[in-house]
Amino acid sequence: MEKFITLQSTIVPLPIEDIDTDQIIPARFLKATSREGFGNNLFRDWRYDENNQPKADFVLNKSNISGKILVAGKNFGCGSSREHAAWAIHDYGFKVVISSFFADIFKNNALNNGLIPVQVSQEFLNRIFEEASKNVGLEINVNLETQTITVVGVGISEKFEISEYKKTCLINGYDDIDYLLSLKEKIETYEKTSKYLKIVNE
Amino acid sequence: MGKTLFEKVWDAHVVSKIEGGPDVLYIDKHLIHEVTSPQAFTGLEKRGISLFRTQNTVATADHNVPTKNQHLPIAEPLSKFQVDKLTENCNKFGVTLYGLNHPFQGVVHVIGPELGITLPGMTIVCGDSHTSTHGAFGSIAFGIGTSEVEQVFATQCLMQTKPKTMKIEVNGKLNKGVLAKDIILYIISKISAAGGTGYFVEYCGSAISSLSMEARMTICNMSIEMGARGGMIAPDQTTFDYIKNKEFAPKGKKFDEAVEYWNDLYSDHDAKFDAVLSYDASDIEPMITYGTNPGMGIKITGKVPFVSEIKEESNRVSFKKSIDYMGLEEGETMLGKSVNYVFIGSCTNSRIEDLRIVAEFVKGKQKAPNINALIVPGSKQVQAQAKREGLDIILEAAGFELREPGCSACLGMNEDKVPKGEYCVSTSNRNFEGRQGPGARTFLASPLTAAAVAISGKISDVRTFNF
Repeated sequence: MEKFITLQSTIVPLPIEDIDTDQIIPARFLKATSREGFGNNLFRDWRYDENNQPKADFVLNKSNISGKILVAGKNFGCGSSREHAAWAIHDYGFKVVISSFFADIFKNNALNNGLIPVQVSQEFLNRIFEEASKNVGLEINVNLETQTITVVGVGISEKFEISEYKKTCLINGYDDIDYLLSLKEKIETYEKTSKYLKIVNE
Repeated sequence: MGKTLFEKVWDAHVVSKIEGGPDVLYIDKHLIHEVTSPQAFTGLEKRGISLFRTQNTVATADHNVPTKNQHLPIAEPLSKFQVDKLTENCNKFGVTLYGLNHPFQGVVHVIGPELGITLPGMTIVCGDSHTSTHGAFGSIAFGIGTSEVEQVFATQCLMQTKPKTMKIEVNGKLNKGVLAKDIILYIISKISAAGGTGYFVEYCGSAISSLSMEARMTICNMSIEMGARGGMIAPDQTTFDYIKNKEFAPKGKKFDEAVEYWNDLYSDHDAKFDAVLSYDASDIEPMITYGTNPGMGIKITGKVPFVSEIKEESNRVSFKKSIDYMGLEEGETMLGKSVNYVFIGSCTNSRIEDLRIVAEFVKGKQKAPNINALIVPGSKQVQAQAKREGLDIILEAAGFELREPGCSACLGMNEDKVPKGEYCVSTSNRNFEGRQGPGARTFLASPLTAAAVAISGKISDVRTFNF
């Protein structure tokens, strides 16, 4: 997994709430068997019309707006557990998603792919949208080490939460599976002592 | 202090704890399907490792499969490729597969319980958010992403932060025409599509314990639609009776031993939940959704809310976008709205009891001429049982056709889609934009309401029919 320590970038604002993973990547694009290429279909039905032509009013199609940070309304990533949603966002080029609230499974999927979900207060989120509407070149700085998000040039910042374990993983580029594989003996001991496994297994 | 049901099951599965981090949780059963597993198998290959406990994983093909002519090769090339890939991976890694022509094939959350794979007190995961269904047995069951599928393949464990606990109590007697689907749509409409995020729910109360296992599965299935990772119901005699004699359930003395263990799976009277909600069953009426998330539900006799009724300002833009997509007006009455599509199926409502309810309702009636209906059983076993009971004949006589099992129009990965701009009353679990096909507009409802709509050709209150 890619390491992440700090990032400063322009942002792509998407002030819509309850963006579900079916909007992020519709089910009909889940038929690939590799992790790559989902970025082409990120927000497919908001981004393209039925003739596959870009919809001019959608934010990803605006030539003056781009960046490595996606900022979205509350309850981002609700719905299906498809990790393809995190893959699509990451594959498109985003490294950070900011919202005032994330769905649980999406948050885990993002973290497992080095995509940082940064949860801010609703007030802070509203302020970002407000500033972005005035300045398309607005930049945000995300510092994972200090767990701080700063709106550059506006002078506002906020701390964000992340578990110590996940933070260490992201800063060093470790993934969970490496850690779990190192626990094999503990897992085998658990299996031998689990009362429940004894009951349900022959 | 006592423990909740959730805590009892969770604590029994903790292999190791990480300071300032998640718990390492042992997973008893891992269900997989064709869409969210291929990249996890590739991950194992890249690491040069195999499954740690092959016998704990079971596979089926459901999301991509056609619901007609399943004996023929899949026509859609990408779907065929993905389903073939699952077969190839299962063969290579030695995983048990109930593929398309196997008598146990079906929607992953239908076959687990009906085969006795799902048992109380277990931890169950699957790369599908509706894994919460299995919580109906008093198991901790939740959906995971593909990286986590790979973790379970490799170690039979997952790194998980312990969620908070929420008790949702529904007491009293259910009104006529009200099904489990209405109960859960009612609850989600009360707490919103995000109200359960960060929580694991336990459903209890007299209205819940009076439900059959299949109805309990419908409730737990939609826990994710309020953002909760999962939902569970304490096992009781109804649970044990359902499990007894199922294909892979413990038998004889083993079963008795298991019941003894399962009998301890309940929340202690002094257990503390992080949140408690109580509802009165008599307040629940047949429900329907009007918007583009499952929290946007109302009584079927109700009206689409006005923008001014939406409390949070930040929510108003999204609300307006949602009803615009649905082609609805603020304050509009739902009853009488013309609908051309009905879908009865999905992991929420495709079990034999659902088909019985529909067949009984349409018996002697005729499908409205404007209606295109899809009735899709949850599994080969459900399909076979429906035929044994002659439900297929009743459905045909009323102008319907019983298809072959799969996820079908719940998410439109196969040919079963709702056309752009059309309304569909659906017994599935999600009314997201484009969920049933690009531009499709979904109204979620119970199988009974869906049957009433199929007969009348418009949104109808089932209580106005003779049934």
